[in-house]
Amino acid sequence: MKRFEVVTEPIDPERYREYVVRPEAGGVTVFTGHVREWTKGIRTVYLSFEAYTSMAEKMMEQIGREIEEKWPETRVAMAHRIGELHISDIAVVIAVSSPHRKAAYEANEYAIERLKEDVPIWKKEHWENGEYWVGHQNQKPKGEDINE
Amino acid sequence: MNKVLYFANLKEATGRKEEAMDVAGMTLGQLEENLAERYPNMTMTGVRFAVNEEFALRDEVIETHDTIALIPPVSGG
Repeated sequence: MKRFEVVTEPIDPERYREYVVRPEAGGVTVFTGHVREWTKGIRTVYLSFEAYTSMAEKMMEQIGREIEEKWPETRVAMAHRIGELHISDIAVVIAVSSPHRKAAYEANEYAIERLKEDVPIWKKEHWENGEYWVGHQNQKPKGEDINE
Repeated sequence: MNKVLYFANLKEATGRKEEAMDVAGMTLGQLEENLAERYPNMTMTGVRFAVNEEFALRDEVIETHDTIALIPPVSGG
């Protein structure tokens, strides 16, 4: 595995936790983001994710560097899965270790926020009666706003 | 020669994931105008550009062999 990677197989969060564990780390936070069935009243059947993989991995590395600057002595690993994902599958994992827990929590939240801003990965929602690239305003379902 | 990459809804609007174009010397903004004419149903709202896997501004001039990607609003996580 790589420390920052786009994968096509199911994510095992334990591998990323193990990657950041080290003697000086007293706290490890592991965030996993999962496929949600209901978003504002609309039922998702499955999702598909697409990535600009080479750039996405570079951007994740950059986020890792930002974190290690903002919260010294942290270590970060993260992965995003692409392809077809079903309800409750893990789409993303972020593991952060730190000497103390506060930095591990804060850095982990920072990582997912930055990932959602800048890492070139796209989600397409598939419903029983349609599909939609999230992030775009032009094809949203009638009367609902699921763009988040 | 340059390579231009399309993702997500842009890939569907153009019907392709990449194409070879000779656009060296143009700015990204000029490329955007060309593409908008060529693919009238392409939504450019919120689209960013990347040159060689780095985000770039629209006044950046394209060089020979640069790979240019159109990055629609991302939605990972």
